[in-house]
Order: sequence, then C-alpha cells, then structure tokens
Amino acid sequence: MPIEILMPALSPTMEEGNLSKWLKNEGDKVVAGDVIAEIETDKATMEVEAVDEGTLAKIVVPAGTEGVKVNAVIAVLAVDGEDVDKAGEGIGEEPAKTEPAAPAAAAAKSEAAAPVAAAPKTEVAADPDIPAGTEMVSTTVREALRDAMAEEMRRDGDVFVMGEEVAEYQGAYKITQGLLQEFGPRRVVDTPITEHGFAGVGVGAAMAGLKPIVEFMTFNFAMQAIDQIINSAAKTLYMSGGQMGAPIVFRGPNGAAARVAAQHSQCYAAWYSHIPGLKVVMPYTAADAKGLLKAAIRDPNPVIFLENEILYGQSFDVPKLDDFVLPIGKARVHKQGKDVTIVSFGIGMTYAVKAEAELRGMGIDAEIIDLRTIRPLDFDTIIASVKKTNRLVVVEEGFPQSSVGDHIASQVSQRAFDFLDAPVITIAGKDVPMPYAANLEKLALPNVGEVVEAVKAVTYR
Amino acid sequence: MATAARKAPAKSKSKSDGKSSGLSTPKPAEFTKEEELAAYRHMLLIRRFEEKAGQLYGMGFIGGFCHLYIGQEAVVTGMKMALIEGDQMITAYRDHGHMLAMELSPRGVMAELTGRRGGLSKGKGGSMHMFSKEKHFYGGHGIVGAQVSLGTGLAFANRYRDNKNVSLTYFGDGAANQGQVYESFNMASLWKLPVIYIIENNRYAMGTSVSRSSAETDFSNRGASFKIPGIQVDGMDVRAVKAAGDVAAEWCRAGNGPLILEMQTYRYRGHSMSDPAKYRSKEEVQKMRSEHDPIEQVKARLMDKKWASEDELKAIDKEVRDVVADAAEFAQNDAEPDPSELWTDIVL
Repeated sequence: MPIEILMPALSPTMEEGNLSKWLKNEGDKVVAGDVIAEIETDKATMEVEAVDEGTLAKIVVPAGTEGVKVNAVIAVLAVDGEDVDKAGEGIGEEPAKTEPAAPAAAAAKSEAAAPVAAAPKTEVAADPDIPAGTEMVSTTVREALRDAMAEEMRRDGDVFVMGEEVAEYQGAYKITQGLLQEFGPRRVVDTPITEHGFAGVGVGAAMAGLKPIVEFMTFNFAMQAIDQIINSAAKTLYMSGGQMGAPIVFRGPNGAAARVAAQHSQCYAAWYSHIPGLKVVMPYTAADAKGLLKAAIRDPNPVIFLENEILYGQSFDVPKLDDFVLPIGKARVHKQGKDVTIVSFGIGMTYAVKAEAELRGMGIDAEIIDLRTIRPLDFDTIIASVKKTNRLVVVEEGFPQSSVGDHIASQVSQRAFDFLDAPVITIAGKDVPMPYAANLEKLALPNVGEVVEAVKAVTYR
Repeated sequence: MATAARKAPAKSKSKSDGKSSGLSTPKPAEFTKEEELAAYRHMLLIRRFEEKAGQLYGMGFIGGFCHLYIGQEAVVTGMKMALIEGDQMITAYRDHGHMLAMELSPRGVMAELTGRRGGLSKGKGGSMHMFSKEKHFYGGHGIVGAQVSLGTGLAFANRYRDNKNVSLTYFGDGAANQGQVYESFNMASLWKLPVIYIIENNRYAMGTSVSRSSAETDFSNRGASFKIPGIQVDGMDVRAVKAAGDVAAEWCRAGNGPLILEMQTYRYRGHSMSDPAKYRSKEEVQKMRSEHDPIEQVKARLMDKKWASEDELKAIDKEVRDVVADAAEFAQNDAEPDPSELWTDIVL
C-alpha cells in the first residue's frame, strides 16, 4: 500500500496552513528524516520531514497552495516494490479530506511551539470610540497586539518588554514578532524560565519609574509569580500612601487553548478581578486588543492583560489611526438588541456572537455587551441594557464558583432588581479541571446551545 | 541552643570565589573623628528609636507586627556611608533602621508605626511598609524574599538608564532560602546588574537557627552557582561594613554585576514583639552585647583616641533621645487618618 503523506498539525489549534515549497520532486527517493516540504503558518515556516522510506510517487497539493486543511493528503509515497506510477492513482481527485485521520505520515520539525488559528474575519458593530468614516484594516489579534507594543515603544523610551522567548524566538506565540529587530536587546529582553523572579524584577523596575510589559508565555505560569503581582505590584501604591506605584503590564494568553489539559487551560479573569489595585483587561476583537493594550501600557497602575491563544489568529477590522487608544473600564455594545442582554468578554464572546445569530432566526433580538475590562467593571453599561431588555445572561469560559458572571448577577440583582423579568443566568466552564480528551474538553467548555437555551429560558420561550 | 551559639561571631574571611574575582574581605575602614562620631550618632538614633518603638508597642500605641533592629545597627549605618546620591535601598520588614539610615524622618516613621495620618504612608502601611521615592528607599516589604526580586528590578532600571547607581538589596539568612532569591541571582549575574545583595545573617530565621535551616551556612557562598562573588563581613563593626560597602559599590559601579555581602550580625530582641526568644540562651545574647555591641565599639574607640569625652558622648545621646522623644510625642498625638483615606491611593 502506498503511504499517504498528510498535512500536519503544527500546533494544538492549527486548522490549516500554506504549502509553500516542495523540496523533493516526484520520483525522488526519500529516507526517513529527509525534509520534503515547507509549510507556512501565520507565524512561522516549518519543515516537514519524511517518516518513511520510499519514492515520492505523487505530489497532490502543489507548492504555493494556501489554506490546506490539516490531515489533507499532500503527497503519496510508494514504498519498496510498489509501482511508482500507479501509487498515486485515484488520490487527490476528490476534495482533500478533513476528518480526523490516523497520525500524519509526516512529522513537523516545529520551530514554534505554539498554536495557530486561521479564521475568517469577524464582523463587529461600530464602536462609538472610533470616529465615523475611519478607514478600517483587517488585522489579526496577534498583529494588533504587536502593533500596540511597537507604537508605545516608539513613543516612550521607558517602555520595554521582557519575558520568555520574547526576543530571539520572536515570541512563543509570535506576539513580539519583529520587536527585537526594531528595538534591540536592551528593550526586548529574553528572560530565563523564572516567572517569580522576572515578575519581581519587572515590578522593581516599574517602582523605579520604567514601564515594563511583562509577557507570561501563558497566564498559567503566572501562578508562580502571583505573589509579586498581588502583594508587590497591586498593593504598593496603597501601602505607600500614594507615593509609589508600579506602572506595569502583565500580558499573555489566558484560558483554555486546545487539548492542552488542566494545567494549561484556566481563565484567570475572576482571580485577578478580585484584587483592589489591579486593572484587568480581557479583549475579544483586534481593535480592542490594540486600543486597550496601548491604554494599559500608558496606565500608571498594574494592568493584567488577558489574551487568548485561539483568538490570536482571528481577524477583525482595526481603525487606521495614528494613535488609537481606548478607555480602560468601558464596555462596548457589540450588537444592539431589545429582548435580552448577553454579557460576555474575551473568547466568551465567540459563543455569544454565534448564539445571537441563532436567536435572531427564532425572532429573539439579543443585545450583546463585550465587557473588555473586567476591573473596573462597567456596571453602568450593563444596567442600562438590563433596564431596556429586563433579561440578562452572562457567558464566560472560567470556572463557575465566584465567577465574573456571579459577581455581575449579584450586582444587577442589587442595583436593578425591579427591572428583571427573569433570574440572571450565568454560563461558565464546568466545575472540573480541564480534561484532555477532545470530547470531554468540549463538554467542559460552554457552548452555543447553552447560551441559546439560557436566552430561551429568560425570555420564557 | 548550644549548637547555634557555637559559631564564633562575625569572623571575617575571604572566599574562594572571591579570589577568582580578586575580591576578599577588606580591612576595616580607617575612620576619621568625624566619621566615628557620625556613625555613633546614626547607630544611636536607630537604637534609641527602636527602644522607644518597643515601649510604645507595650503601651498599645503600635499594633500588629513590629520587628526591632536592635543589635544590627552597624550594617545599615556602614553601608549608607558607601552610597552616592541616587543609590537605592530595599529590604524586608525589619526595616526601621534602614529608613532612619536613609534619612527618612523619625517623626514620619514613628507616626506610621502608630498608624497616624502624619506617617510616611499616611498610616496605611504600618511598620513593614514604608517608602520614599525622594530618598530612594523602596520599602519595607512584608513577604520574605520578595524584595530580592524587586531590588534586582531596581538594578535593572539603573542598567537600563545606564547610570552609575547601585541597588542595595537587603535580606536575612531566612530569606536566603527562598527560591526567588536564586532566580534573581541568575538574572542579576546574567545581565550584570548593579546590585549588592546584603544578607543580614543574624543567625535566626524567626526561631530557626541557621544550622537548622540552611545546608550551606556560609551565605557569602550562596552566589557560587551564579558566579556571584561574596564576602563575609563582621556586621557588628561599622568600619568593616563601610570598607566592604566601598568594595562592593565600586565593583558594581564598574559594571562587574552583582556582589554578595554576608553581614554577620545579631539581633538582641526577639523576632517580633511577641517572641520570647526561647530558642537561644540568655548567655548567648549577653555575650554578644558585652563583647560585640556595635555602638559600644565606636564609643570605646572615641574614648581611647580621646576624640570625645564621656560628657560629649552623653550630650550626643541626649540630642538623639530628644529627636526620638519628639518623634514619639508626635506619633502619639497625631490624628488618625481621615476615614476618606480608606478609598484613596488604590489606583491612580
């Protein structure tokens, strides 16, 4: 049997990539370990090595093909004694298969340890903070974050970025791509793997008046540094009677990625939102990521900036403005509606947005509020919306107990009880450590159906 | 605890890794009359201040935790003499002496201890949390070891700005076993940060003696894995501290990276006000007081050299007592913070 070489998944969240180059031609002999092709993701170009020995019988996906799905057959290898001419027959004429298959017959020599998500551009309602008529540029969240840092570093020599793999490697998730080249090693600082230590070094530098951006490879690792974030960064301004604070941004991917299990899949929004002295930002769109990261870097307080790995590759319109800064602490009405208010933030918005489309089909006109900032929380916007719709559903990926949604539900019941026509429903991740198995992981996260059901419940449909 | 008392106090020696760096414990500095008198006055201020704080604690004016520096005065006093304008200091919670050495106002410190509005942190920080950007004093930190990473960050800022300043980062023999200390050592050495790590080895981490808590009790050697040289210093002799401080500051300012000074010192009082110090013998404490007291050493030299008479020294003592009495008076009578202060200084 000829061996099918499949498009490899080069990261936990990769769905497709570009086949940029074949390094072997049809008819070439290959041995295991030979580099046969180069594949480009939106972050890096990686080499594909042959796993088996044989002759490259047929190239199914030609060089230069974009958007090749993971697990699609890209070539066929004839093994010893097989007819090279016949080995490729009948393969590649049908659309590339995308369903899960046996482990890919090619291994990727991964240069980036990180996921890639390529997704279509997401439409967003007009933001009143953006002047009407502003030219919009489709941008990934990843690029928006990089642009925000680069712009602020150009603007202020006291701003620098430090963290693991931020410089030479160009960022574990490629968020700091190009910064080393532009700003040099003095301002783009690779640290050892030492979260507790470098968080403290960052806070000390901030106390001395610099404006560090500390990247955690993921916020899961910031658990090692949480004492410095809370006891040193958040509390010093108060403990010093206002004399000395820490203008610092802690940023990085937060929450579940894909198939990385319990220790790497946790949302810290509720954790950090508990702490006076911190600001907590968690954007969904690329425009918010850019405008709010710029604001966070300028903010004189410690800001926790929670990103999401799955959103990094998603594209949104970002206004083309010389200096696009958004206010921290202000929610955005993502979509106006009159029947129910759905409040969410970060990747939780993906469920809210899809549910809203479904609900529209049922004749329910939902308003979606994207919190953007978790602390300080914009209750004015939530309550104004609840006064209009009289119904509230909150969606987030974090654990349910003491969740952001629970806090919102309690505040709304205290501040706008008379306006509620139904109990507030909070949708969160399940109260379990994140499992690894694909089916269990799906069950542990919120889903669109739950949001739709919750809205039907509060609207008595 | 006989085991703890066995080690000879404050014996200086040079380190093997000090050799490769060309560093060794310097001879005690030759002080001029003015330097001896200044050291005497500064150490006496700390001692009298702490004695008063102890009294006020007993009277209920000071609450919570209160860690006195009595016995260790030579360490901050000698190090301060090695500083130039802009050098930073940061320490943990046994911090009143450090503040006074950095010339923070005795009234402000004492009123912070009593939780009054005239305190350095408006009464919101307390004994363990005081700061002065103006005097380059960065706290005052309550979490053991956290100040080591922060102090390394201060040095990072110096290097970033390419100034000649040095961060004096103090911690105890107890904190020396915290993981982030070594994370900081690694980065400081890797990036050649101008930081002097001053380990105040007073022989007890709360109630646990060094020999019961530390596999390597030679703290000057704790940077060996990170190629950070270290020097052991007689922390009871202010001249020895000053000389070591000069060597260390010069080392850092020359761009050689960090350095460790192990100050062999002793606290006379318990860990905090509620500690009866049953883990050591009265004889051990008495021996340190009578044979190694940092203030008595200076006093004896001043008298020997006839640089000051008994009366002149008494006059200095009187002046110092007046400063402390004034601070205590202020701290007892100043108003508590306005209730509105509850909600200020949380974020800017």
